[in-house]
Amino acid sequence: MRIGVVTFPGSLDDGDARRAVRLAGAEPVRLWHADADLHGVDAVVLPGGFSYGDYLRCGAIARFAPVMTEVVAAARRGVPVLGICNGFQVLCESHLLPGALVRNEAQRFVCTDQRLVVENADTAWTSALTAGSEITVPLKNGEGGFVADTETLDRLEGEGRVVFRYAGPNPNGSLRAIAGITDERGNVVGLMPHPEHAVEEGFGPTTDGLALFASVLTAGLAAVGA
Amino acid sequence: MGRVVIDVMPKPEILDPQGKAVVGALPRLGFDAFTGVRQGKRFELEVPGEVTPEVLAQARAAAETLLSNPVIEDVVSVRDAAAGEVASA
Repeated sequence: MRIGVVTFPGSLDDGDARRAVRLAGAEPVRLWHADADLHGVDAVVLPGGFSYGDYLRCGAIARFAPVMTEVVAAARRGVPVLGICNGFQVLCESHLLPGALVRNEAQRFVCTDQRLVVENADTAWTSALTAGSEITVPLKNGEGGFVADTETLDRLEGEGRVVFRYAGPNPNGSLRAIAGITDERGNVVGLMPHPEHAVEEGFGPTTDGLALFASVLTAGLAAVGA
Repeated sequence: MGRVVIDVMPKPEILDPQGKAVVGALPRLGFDAFTGVRQGKRFELEVPGEVTPEVLAQARAAAETLLSNPVIEDVVSVRDAAAGEVASA
């Protein structure tokens, strides 16, 4: 399986995302922001970082990068797309996921090993996890507070589209402690914490993050088999 | 040369940590009259000629597409800097 990792100007974690893809047993493919071509990949990762310097709003300018037209079209066809941190912000700005990410409530950049509760293990990116279980992966953001209006929050909860929730104290003021969400079909997932930094023994707090990248291998095979 | 001025503010119901930090700093400098601060953005868009209704319409479209995120922000005004007139609010 070939998984594309997009590099925007200011992307920071594209290298780690490619490494996570490789360690999960897939082939990482570099995708360039200015190239309106997904090169036939089976899934796409939008990595963390500070695309376009976080100017205007986080993810706001990246949303209009040529590659995003293709990512949005692929996501609507059911291709698995994972947005991590800045990638989550890009997915919200692209309207592939509802809500927005705003500056942390405590006005501080957070960098910590974060416990998360897995709320939905039926998405393309979480099928190798168990609903109700806890994982620990790094969290590092300045603008990670998830916000949406009450109606949207209720809909997300009602449809089981909250994928990860912060365990313990809320690190960034996210409404209802939401750390990650999915779209209606479960192929697009966005989360603020960084699973790609927790994929190898000795590097990062756990290897819990590997399960997200392993999950999509199954999703990909299912799609091919169908 | 003409100029369009656009003001964007965080929605009232969205917590504004920047404004909160500023309101905390004011009394330390003796500015004790203020109980709240909200911080927004001002954009100045330059055009080679006059600010026509078409230019204003395009500026409004840009404000709603790129310059603001309707989930968290409101476009408060789009106006011709020379006229100082609020085209829409």
